[in-house]
Amino acid sequence: MDIIVVLLLFAGLFFFTGGALGILRFPDFYSRLHPAGKLDTLGLLLSLTGLALYNLHHFSVGALLTSLKIILIVVFVFLASPTATHAIVDAGIRAGLAPWTKGEERR
Amino acid sequence: MAQDNEQTMESMDRGHSMNSDEVGSSAGPPRNRRLFFYPFILTFIIMCGTWVLLSGKFDAFHMSLGVISCALVAYFSSDFLFSSPKPAGLLSKWVRFATYIPWLMVEITKANLHVMKLVLHPRGMDMIDPKIVKFRSKLKSDLALVTFANSITLTPGTITVSVSLDGDFKVHAIDKASGDPLPGEMEQRIAKAFGEE
Repeated sequence: MDIIVVLLLFAGLFFFTGGALGILRFPDFYSRLHPAGKLDTLGLLLSLTGLALYNLHHFSVGALLTSLKIILIVVFVFLASPTATHAIVDAGIRAGLAPWTKGEERR
Repeated sequence: MAQDNEQTMESMDRGHSMNSDEVGSSAGPPRNRRLFFYPFILTFIIMCGTWVLLSGKFDAFHMSLGVISCALVAYFSSDFLFSSPKPAGLLSKWVRFATYIPWLMVEITKANLHVMKLVLHPRGMDMIDPKIVKFRSKLKSDLALVTFANSITLTPGTITVSVSLDGDFKVHAIDKASGDPLPGEMEQRIAKAFGEE
């Protein structure tokens, strides 16, 4: 059980790290949103699943409810994160920022 | 978890309609007494499940408070949650949607690994080639279009820029491998999940 939890947490951290690196490395506003908005979502899913499992260590009804609430957080992030990402991209396009294309200088 | 899925899908719909003004929210149908019953009961059950989950107290006082407020909220807003109150198709619709979720999770994981590869690859910055992909979807209903748009945004490498009511999609794709398969299999699965084949 502990091994699964540790694996899940590390996998989550791996994706969070990838997200942070991606924000630093990618060339422009739109492409940075790809790692920022979505690698985080999967990282959160993995690490919070790990925490929910860890919380069930001493099984009781209260612990079960807490774990379910943690899962509920994941569900809401899965709804909010793509919507927010879409809103930001939409705002960028409306404001007239052209997407970076291959061969241009990074911004 | 089935209950969560039902809520998930509905809030997805509402959140998106509010956010992009191109996808208008469909107005609820007029209240017919018989058609009103099934959505009310379903909303009530979902509400009660959420109440128990969030309160965590099982004594008579808290439970009766929950039942009263759930009944009130279900009475006011049952036609928000189930906008097409056809009792026969309702349950099978949610079941079909629930089978779509696991497939989406697998796709998200695969696509996440692809973007991770781009991020960590030493020449990753030469491999990305962002462009805006435009295509026309054959999906009809608002809910199917919104689910499709949110699924596209959830799978890494692609972000929905805009959707129009007739199904014109603009998608920002980070490289060729992410953008080319659109609309592809995901559209077919959503069409199946919403019975639009």
